[in-house]
Amino acid sequence: MSLRFGIAVFPGTWSDRDCAHAVELTGAEAVSLWHADADVKGCDVVVLPGGFAYGDYLRTGAIARFAPLMEAVREHARQGGLVLGICNGFQILCEAGMLPGALLRNASLQFRCQPCGLRVETTSSPFLGCAQRGQVLRIPVSHGEGRFYADEETMARLNGEGRVAFRYSDESGQPTSAANPNGSLENVAGILNEAGNVLGMMPHPERACEELLGSDQGLLLFRPVIGQLARPAG
Amino acid sequence: MRAVSAAAAAPSEAELLELALSAMEYQSATAQLGRVPNRLELGMLAALWSEHCSYKTSKALLRQLPSGGSRVVQGPGENAGVIDLGDDLLCCFKIESHNHPSAVEPVQGAATGVGGILRDVFAMGARPVALLDSIRFGDADDPRQRQRFARVVEGIGWYGNCIGVPTVGGETYFDPAYQHNCLVNAMCVGLATRDHLVRARAAGPGNPLLLVGADTGRDGIHGATFASVQLDQAAESRRPAVQVGNPFLEKCLLEACLELVGDPDLIGLQDCGAAGLTSSCAEMAHRGDVGLEIAVDRVSRRERAMTPYEVMLSESQERMVLVVSRGSEERFQAAFRRWGLRSDVIGRVIEEPLFRVTEAGDEVASLPLQVLVSGFPERHPEASPPDLAPLFSANPLDRPPPWTAEEAWLRLLASPNCADTNWIWRQYDHQVGDDTVIGPGADAAVLRLRGRGDALAVTVDSAHRSAALDPRQATAIAVAEAVRNLACVGAEPLGITNCLNFGDPDRPEIMWQLQEAVAGLADAARAFGVPVVSGNVSLYNQFDGQGIPPTPTVGVVGLLPDLDRRVGSGFRGEGDLVALVGPAGAGALGVELGGSEYQRLAHGLLEGQAPELDLDQERRSAAAIRSAIQRGLLKSVHDCSLGGLAVALAESALLGGFGVRVRAPLNRQHVAPPGWVFGVLFGESQGRYLVTLSPDSLEAATSLFSQLATPFDSLGQVGGDVIAIEGLAEIDLRAAGAAWRGAIPDRLERPLSAGA
Repeated sequence: MSLRFGIAVFPGTWSDRDCAHAVELTGAEAVSLWHADADVKGCDVVVLPGGFAYGDYLRTGAIARFAPLMEAVREHARQGGLVLGICNGFQILCEAGMLPGALLRNASLQFRCQPCGLRVETTSSPFLGCAQRGQVLRIPVSHGEGRFYADEETMARLNGEGRVAFRYSDESGQPTSAANPNGSLENVAGILNEAGNVLGMMPHPERACEELLGSDQGLLLFRPVIGQLARPAG
Repeated sequence: MRAVSAAAAAPSEAELLELALSAMEYQSATAQLGRVPNRLELGMLAALWSEHCSYKTSKALLRQLPSGGSRVVQGPGENAGVIDLGDDLLCCFKIESHNHPSAVEPVQGAATGVGGILRDVFAMGARPVALLDSIRFGDADDPRQRQRFARVVEGIGWYGNCIGVPTVGGETYFDPAYQHNCLVNAMCVGLATRDHLVRARAAGPGNPLLLVGADTGRDGIHGATFASVQLDQAAESRRPAVQVGNPFLEKCLLEACLELVGDPDLIGLQDCGAAGLTSSCAEMAHRGDVGLEIAVDRVSRRERAMTPYEVMLSESQERMVLVVSRGSEERFQAAFRRWGLRSDVIGRVIEEPLFRVTEAGDEVASLPLQVLVSGFPERHPEASPPDLAPLFSANPLDRPPPWTAEEAWLRLLASPNCADTNWIWRQYDHQVGDDTVIGPGADAAVLRLRGRGDALAVTVDSAHRSAALDPRQATAIAVAEAVRNLACVGAEPLGITNCLNFGDPDRPEIMWQLQEAVAGLADAARAFGVPVVSGNVSLYNQFDGQGIPPTPTVGVVGLLPDLDRRVGSGFRGEGDLVALVGPAGAGALGVELGGSEYQRLAHGLLEGQAPELDLDQERRSAAAIRSAIQRGLLKSVHDCSLGGLAVALAESALLGGFGVRVRAPLNRQHVAPPGWVFGVLFGESQGRYLVTLSPDSLEAATSLFSQLATPFDSLGQVGGDVIAIEGLAEIDLRAAGAAWRGAIPDRLERPLSAGA
């Protein structure tokens, strides 16, 4: 049976259609999840797509975390269900406390839409089950507030527990400052929760699912290996 | 109900001036109405009779433009033009200026320009799929210009990025002539299915009129009139006439409207743009040959104590008006509520062709739509050409070049007008939607069409400096350049939208420029067989009596028959052959420097003749290029534009990351004037493409171009670490890259306190 992906739609979300397209490319099913309904409709994977949910007023993701849907997403994750937060979705997961740290305004103070290299740091997540550690994926970013920040203790935990999913890197896999599009701490581009079933990332894998658009290496994020949970969900 | 009193006092001269209504226009209004209009009516008339809304000065000229054709579904006169892409898919597009607001408040001015053009497209029932921009600013080394330019880029990016429509292309040009009047033209392209196309037409007396979206505030009052006068030192005080954008609200509005467009109870949909409710409602009613009654008290406001005048003329953004079938209003309102949008029934369609406004049951305005929408006296200001003889008589080739050829080449690459524009477009989301196959920085953008083998291509181009020498020729050149840009990716042009940016038409030389430009646009549109389906005119781009150079801008949409056969402009591999397609040059000695970027940089001058243009050859060459691309014969194609052959060669080399060595396309003249070599390198003769091909394809390409009566001249080969035109100049690939890539960031990221 094919996987069922729920694509969240908040007012202001705009990569919902792109995410659904990416999901369909893998042969899986995509259903839309409306922000006002506290229901993930029995989906295996919930995707929180990019956009400007609720206008990103106050702070990015700060209002979206209160959406009825997020209650259901939290419960889904608690039960070990998979959650992929992309760009604004990552920001929402941080605001919702489902992932640690915060996403600050880009160091350049400008919006950046550009291709990036992402070095895969761990494969201990169903989302990275098809990836190889050290592999460099070519996936674009498109954001104004994507500079990952966490305090020293949190960062040490993320590193110690192998929860950094991706770092911005050059083609050879070096996490250089030139490869870092936003000034993220330690070039962090994506992180996992403790159980590995919740992944937040600033880059847009749904834009890298076809060679025609420059890369198809984002597809692997939409082909999670179910049943390969590294640690029990807690 | 109390009716409008006939006892209004006549307005003072100062009031008329504030409204930008001439005494003659006022008298005409009074005569047509048979009474003195009250202040609200006068405000409504002035707004609709403004140049911005009425096109009273340009209308007669615009009638010359060819706007018909087998693919035209909607020509000028609606929110946007529509062409048929086949298989039930329609392409809806328009370009519009937001020059005055951007000069006064760069971020919001530019952002609301984008917001406005998006609404024009989704008001037709089309989903916006691409944005493009044409921007003109003053000297790029002037800190104030740099700052404002960066703010305009920020505003364009902010709106497009938030709403999730990709900005896929555009152009920028810096010239001190735009020091006080920047130009910001925004273009939007949308796609609709035939059964979802909506017209902005009211019908059916008794049907309710809904206003949806933002509350109405005092922002943007007199925006339409503001756009119809010159800027002056006091322009800063016009900031309240600039609207403030809310892309989040517009995103909700867009999604809600697109959910509703297939609904049979939706009769008409229109955005509130310039002159707000007055213009949107009046135009909707007039197009449908009915009247409208609006109760201003039902308009939801964001400020207290707004007068009917303020409500009717507010240009608050992110508002749409709809006419729906009687009885269906609650269903529509529920659909808007789901998106968090407020909507109110603010009026209804009436039979008599009147625009009636009431407040608390009393009639406060009642104007025949005929008078309001089309009663303005057309203006035919005197036109006469300026004395250009002294400019024409100079021969640009006679001026001794201040630099060596190598130095000039690097300086041209480092001119912000020729340089890499990545610094600008990396701030724009150019990918959202997952359809951008070729994005910004290319000759034309290419978007795939889902479920089809063909693809959409789009470009925006403006006349260059030579427009001041010959506006007719330069406007035709702008169209020819757009056609070339489409041909470079393999696409055939299908429709044109235009934005005519000019100074004060009451000056005879400017009215002449406008006339000439429209004639040039018509010449080219006819020659290429491409209709002009939408457009916008921006006049009074003038500051303290000084006008901008004539700046006609065109957006052209086309189709690539086979997406898999598209090509880019960068070289693809060592050993590929380089050829010039089209005439080697033009002018007396085979080279032309009049109005060129080289002339501007090297001499700070504008003189000589505009480049020659052979529209028949242009049409043949473009068809030949497309045909060669379709046959898979070409590996890269780039047109020779600003900076001529040398800059085109360097751009293709840098985009591909390969050096190149070619011979000059013209033989050295024995008695050449000092500027001749520079003319070969940097002259902007028209109709030329720089292509590469595999040596295996040479025979087939030579025969194809010859069959299609298009010159094809093999010049050299890709490879090496230098970019060389043998015997004339040679530059290092890396030095060229540093100059070309660094030009814009080096200027824009320089501390503001630093000068040039």
